Amino acid sequence: MNEYILSMKAISKEFPGVRALDNVTFSVKPAEIHALVGENGAGKSTLMKILSGVYPHGTYGGTIEIDQTEKRFKSPGESERSGIAIIYQELALVKELSIVENICLGNEIARCGVIDWDASYRLAEKSLKGVGLNVNPEFPISYLGVGEQQLVAIAKALSKDARILVLDEPTAALSEEESAKLLKILRDLRAKGVTCIYISHRLKEVFDIADRITVLRDGKTVATHDKKDLDENKLIALMVGREVTNKYPKTTRTAGEVVLEVRDWTVFDPDINKTIADVSFKLRKGEVLGMAGLIGAGRTELVMSFFRFWGRKVKGKLFLEGKELELRDAGSTIASGISLASEDRKRYGLVLDEDICKNISLASLDKIASYSVVNVIDEIRSAERYTKELRIKTPSIEQKAGNLSGGNQQKVVLGKWLMTTPKVLILDEPTRGIDVGARVEIYNIINELVDKGVAVIVISSDLSEILGVCDRILVMHEGRFTVDLPVKEATQEKIMHYATGGK
Amino acid sequence: MKISFVQNIRKYTMLIALIGIWLIFSIMTQGVFVSPRNLSNLFLQTAAVAVITIGMTLVIVTRNIDLSVGSVAAFAGAVTAFMNVKMGMPAGAAIGIALVTGLAIGAWHGFWIAYRLVPAFIVTLASMMIFRGAVLGITNGATIAPLSAGFKSIGQSYLAPGISLWIGLAVACIFVVKNILNRQKRLKFGFSVPALPIFIIKVLVVCAVIAAFFMIMIQNRGVPYAVVLVLALAVLFNFMSTRTVFGRQLYAIGGNPDAASLSGIDVRKQVMMLYVIFGALTAIGGMVLTARLNAATTSAGQGMELDVIAAAVIGGTSLMGGEGTIWGSVIGALIMASLDNGMSLMDTNITYQYIIKGMILLLAVWVDIATRKKT
Repeated sequence: MNEYILSMKAISKEFPGVRALDNVTFSVKPAEIHALVGENGAGKSTLMKILSGVYPHGTYGGTIEIDQTEKRFKSPGESERSGIAIIYQELALVKELSIVENICLGNEIARCGVIDWDASYRLAEKSLKGVGLNVNPEFPISYLGVGEQQLVAIAKALSKDARILVLDEPTAALSEEESAKLLKILRDLRAKGVTCIYISHRLKEVFDIADRITVLRDGKTVATHDKKDLDENKLIALMVGREVTNKYPKTTRTAGEVVLEVRDWTVFDPDINKTIADVSFKLRKGEVLGMAGLIGAGRTELVMSFFRFWGRKVKGKLFLEGKELELRDAGSTIASGISLASEDRKRYGLVLDEDICKNISLASLDKIASYSVVNVIDEIRSAERYTKELRIKTPSIEQKAGNLSGGNQQKVVLGKWLMTTPKVLILDEPTRGIDVGARVEIYNIINELVDKGVAVIVISSDLSEILGVCDRILVMHEGRFTVDLPVKEATQEKIMHYATGGK
Repeated sequence: MKISFVQNIRKYTMLIALIGIWLIFSIMTQGVFVSPRNLSNLFLQTAAVAVITIGMTLVIVTRNIDLSVGSVAAFAGAVTAFMNVKMGMPAGAAIGIALVTGLAIGAWHGFWIAYRLVPAFIVTLASMMIFRGAVLGITNGATIAPLSAGFKSIGQSYLAPGISLWIGLAVACIFVVKNILNRQKRLKFGFSVPALPIFIIKVLVVCAVIAAFFMIMIQNRGVPYAVVLVLALAVLFNFMSTRTVFGRQLYAIGGNPDAASLSGIDVRKQVMMLYVIFGALTAIGGMVLTARLNAATTSAGQGMELDVIAAAVIGGTSLMGGEGTIWGSVIGALIMASLDNGMSLMDTNITYQYIIKGMILLLAVWVDIATRKKT
């Protein structure tokens, strides 16, 4: 006699230098919709990756039980055979294939290796009906909108007899209407006995649909409550409420004249029609401007578009110290004095196979070259200087960037941009994946820069970081700034409110 | 202060492999392989492939490829021969026209690859066919020969032994001085350096190799012009790849194109530039080949692209991009040519020649990958 269909007990997971999950307990009743909430980086995705077998048994601590039997998943396939299906934010559908091919992908109905198309169509039609989708399964998947594709993904899961359905931010890319339709289908599925784990940042939806809610924070289970015992404010408090420590050294400073002004900035997305629409803001000398918001709100896309690295088309004006800039490519933006340390340092920041020295000088080679020949002595001196100033821990500047820890890699990226002597430095998630000690050092570096007169923009999904580091906070929701708050008036609850679309 | 033994050795793996191959061939041919005459011949045979491999290394470093080098080299050679023989132009003018042709073909490749984003594999596969056709067109399907004495000398003449001796001495002196200065510079900045005895041994060994090389060449009429050309180009491109903004950006583009682009590097322009330069290098390679054979034939350079790519890869260039050295590739070219030369001396059946070359390519890359994992 046990009331749980799934229980994950004492789950712990460590990555080098980070404890992602610490003794997490998570139990789900049959045929309920169970919401899993928490800030970005709280450990939700890690927990689900353990459940789905992406992190196989042995790489984590604790036990997983389904129907009271312990399961040790070694691969996603094993997890799937136990009736668990995960529908990721980035849909795992193959754009070039038809709906029926997508539904049967990895699970083809075949006789002696030859696909039985009749049976495949029957299966596809049956499972599409189950999610209320009335389309011809022969159509290519790309004919469908994102919402309908989402439903196909669910249909695919159902066709494999999934009993526990995990949805990771399913409505992030959906319109209101599509979301409502999806939620209705989830309720129908619940009525048919399917259990559903629902991960979402949209708290309204969570309260709309969930039976019970589990909150994760910093890799720990904070609480599991019935929906009726909670309201939105209580939930936010559970999500963000952490002990206040002096993790954020801050100097007193006064903002000077406007350095950067962006007017009516509009960016058109290359794939779907989501845009950054008519964004305007000002940045002053000697201030740290924070950009808060949920992942996918458009903050990264906004700053990347200053470097013409993102967006099909860009409209609007950008003034640096009163002069309008014509932004042709990343080179011209950097040359005018704006630098961006991007969010994914391994993908966009570093050449991992090259040494610290070459990484630091990468964006400034023209400066230390005469007649196009790099002055190696100058290069070494600069690299040594930034290694010392930023306290990069390394035996030598000839160490490969790929061999450094996350915090030191981030400092190398910072060194690269400091060497370009920017007037405006944009830091996108400057402390992601970095341990607490190195974080404080990065905050100190930001303070030093601001004292030297550099204007800094910090994009962060960590609310306490935004509050601790910035002087002024812009909150973005779906490609627009919803509010401009001085830090004195800001609280985590307020930011969450505006970030989730509140007025 | 520690450079591990493995890392130290890895740098010289291919050099050691080359010496090993030479030893085997020397024994199998009762010393004919290492005779001054044969070695001089070997270097001369390597020259055309080596020149093109120098450029191919940088192309592969940027995660691109060029399959058309055989056809383009043959075309450039045919153009020169046509101008020199059929039109009666002096060698200088014919060379100039061939160089411009190479630059233009490079620009054509660069345009499609960098600005039209057609994969390099396809663009150059197309050119492989296009210029093989062009070779047939310009030669009318027949060999053009013989070339003027001036042109022929590129592939068949030698520096006088006296001059060769002086050049050898100069090269050795420059090498020693440069190494000492470099070591002092590194010590000044507190970088790791090998222990002094190892450093001295290394310098002495390289000096001995230089001395041996020039002595052998001098015993056989002196250093061939074509070999001087290869060495000069290798020095030039080694400098370009390690010390100029352009070269350094190429490595960054290959190592991480997104990071390079966000660091303000104009990736398209640099790739375009590289192909233009590479076009000229390919033309030079084609002329060396034509001069050595003293004829432009319709089948010249067939299969050369594979030798060139294999040489670059054996020399340590990574097809994943971002990694590769000019000198490594020159040694790779020498390994490939040594296999050809040695097996021909041994009168090995052509069937086995191909099989052995293929196996060695596979083995060399596997050894490289296997040793890389451990470090």
